[in-house]
Amino acid sequence: MPSTTRRPGRAAARAGAGEGAPAAGDGLSGPQKLELLYWLKLNRALETRLASLFKQGKVLGGLYRSLGQEAISVGSAYALGPGDWYAPVIRNMGTCLVRGIPPRVLMAQYMARSIPVGGRDNALHFGFLDQGMVSTISPLGGLVSVMAGVALAFKMRGEKKVAMTYSGDGQTSTGAWHEGVNFAAVQSLPFVLFIENNQWAYSTPVSRQCRLENLSGKAAAYGIPGETVDGNDVLAVYEATRRAVDRARGGGGATLIEAKTFRRLGHSEHDDPRRYVPAEMFAEWEKKDPIDRWVKALSAAGLIAGPAIGEMERRIESELDEAQAWAEACPPPDPATLTQGVYAEA
Amino acid sequence: MAVLTYLEAIRQGMWEEMEKDERVFLLGEDIGAYGGAFKVTAGFLDRFGASRVIDTPIAEAAIVGAAMGAALNGMRPVAEMQFIDFISCAFEQLTNMVASTRWRWGASVPMVVRGPCGGGVHGGPFHSQNMEAYFFHTPGLKIVEPATAYDAKGLIKAAIRDDDPVLYFEHKYLYRRIKEDLPDHDYVVPIGKAALRREGGDVTVVTYGSMVHTALESAKALEEAGVQIEVIDLRTLLPLDEEAILASAAKTGKVVVLHEDRRRGGIGGEIAAIIAEKAFEYLDGPIVRVASLDTPVPYSPPLEEAYMPNADKLTRAVKDLVAY
Repeated sequence: MPSTTRRPGRAAARAGAGEGAPAAGDGLSGPQKLELLYWLKLNRALETRLASLFKQGKVLGGLYRSLGQEAISVGSAYALGPGDWYAPVIRNMGTCLVRGIPPRVLMAQYMARSIPVGGRDNALHFGFLDQGMVSTISPLGGLVSVMAGVALAFKMRGEKKVAMTYSGDGQTSTGAWHEGVNFAAVQSLPFVLFIENNQWAYSTPVSRQCRLENLSGKAAAYGIPGETVDGNDVLAVYEATRRAVDRARGGGGATLIEAKTFRRLGHSEHDDPRRYVPAEMFAEWEKKDPIDRWVKALSAAGLIAGPAIGEMERRIESELDEAQAWAEACPPPDPATLTQGVYAEA
Repeated sequence: MAVLTYLEAIRQGMWEEMEKDERVFLLGEDIGAYGGAFKVTAGFLDRFGASRVIDTPIAEAAIVGAAMGAALNGMRPVAEMQFIDFISCAFEQLTNMVASTRWRWGASVPMVVRGPCGGGVHGGPFHSQNMEAYFFHTPGLKIVEPATAYDAKGLIKAAIRDDDPVLYFEHKYLYRRIKEDLPDHDYVVPIGKAALRREGGDVTVVTYGSMVHTALESAKALEEAGVQIEVIDLRTLLPLDEEAILASAAKTGKVVVLHEDRRRGGIGGEIAAIIAEKAFEYLDGPIVRVASLDTPVPYSPPLEEAYMPNADKLTRAVKDLVAY
């Protein structure tokens, strides 16, 4: 069993995610780094647009945003290869975007339209098998063993493919989560599991979930590599995922990656986190904004400048305008379809 | 033709499907080297290897979850619950994930969860239960429970080939107690079709699993008393073969629903409701349920005898209904 569990010192862990520039030597080209910026900005802009549609009563049910956490979805998804499978959790819209789900489909889904899944379930609760996207569900923990099973099928067929999914800090408390990670570890499956530690599970701080400073420490209990990364550093997330994906593809088994971050909004759109999250945390983490940091890094490297950033933002807004028009033109589901598809033959 | 026990029939059905289709694999606790707690999978490891006969950690939620993931990704897993009682540990996976997936986002989950159910062997509260009612309420699942060796083989093969998730409940009392000559050719028993086990014009007994044999035993005693019962073996519990149930209810006008599961909230209530709604005008008496008592399954023989239905209890219920 590999013993590459990397545990940052306790002082570093307490300090949380750093504010420094991303590390060099990542193997990504300049255009790829700009692409990362595009996905980060698209992720945020799309969720901002959805929040506005939520206020207008057009987005229905819950809206779970990832403000300040986008680097985890984007950086991790960017490290997957063609044919790899993934399952998002509620704050991983960025993963879906990077893996090819168009904004118009996401908008239609959030507006309870007939596309993509007939209005049967909300938010990121949908999937496309032909694109390797497995639907998330609300009860936490169970998805881990499902994605381990996806990885098991890859392994049985000798395919060099990887399954990846996410969990929040709260989800790590469930028995199903433990069973899933342990199964993947024992079977040495090509599996990558993120713990997106945003420090709050609804209103409960991570200190009430677990005594560990770094949740990646849980990996030791399963005998698999565990690593804690700065979740607000898109390059660090990409690199950690890349290492884990390469290891999985090479037959090295499962990896647990904890990405430390902070949930800057409520659990859902209706929720005001300022009622239970210390005020100073918001200020502290705004300074660590993953998009601002990436812009700074790219600017420092001479890869992008002000006008190009503005152009990218305008391009995104225009894409979202088109997506919104398309989604709003999507018909709502027909109640006559409700009983269809419970079984294969129905 | 070969004479096979109920247990051997299950084993042969799985074996043949694994020979035929490399997507089929087994996972569960102690199923490999040990061959399963009841030896249903004895010999599979040697023939099919450790990658297709997977000994798992003691983790039913992970077993069912991983089976679902593998099924999504093109495989045909057959997961064993060492005792079907332990399927409760995977209740969340089955009801929220496995069952809803096709309806929620159109993905097929072709998987089987099988395991020994039922009492009569002094297994106590955690090794004797019948779990069908917990899952009968869940759209998206199919549930089968064979009563004969022929059906045991034909239904496991049908379950493995089915594109939907199937719970396959095998009654441990029947494992080695019944045997029959099975055909050599490949066959399946279609899911959703009941079997008429005995024709009779006086009272219909709708039942399944081990209780089919109880009903047939009772039929002999009743015949001596001049009462002819018709015995419907459901074989599939979800979806129910309403046509077969209603046809027999219309024919006899008097119906007893017999099951080993507890009475309250058991599937007998649903069957009674279907008959009351759709065959009311044919009825000549109340629809009667004969089922286990509403307690946990007891351990000690006199308690278990008192708890479960048997031929005498059924005979009395039928006679009362005839006299109604």
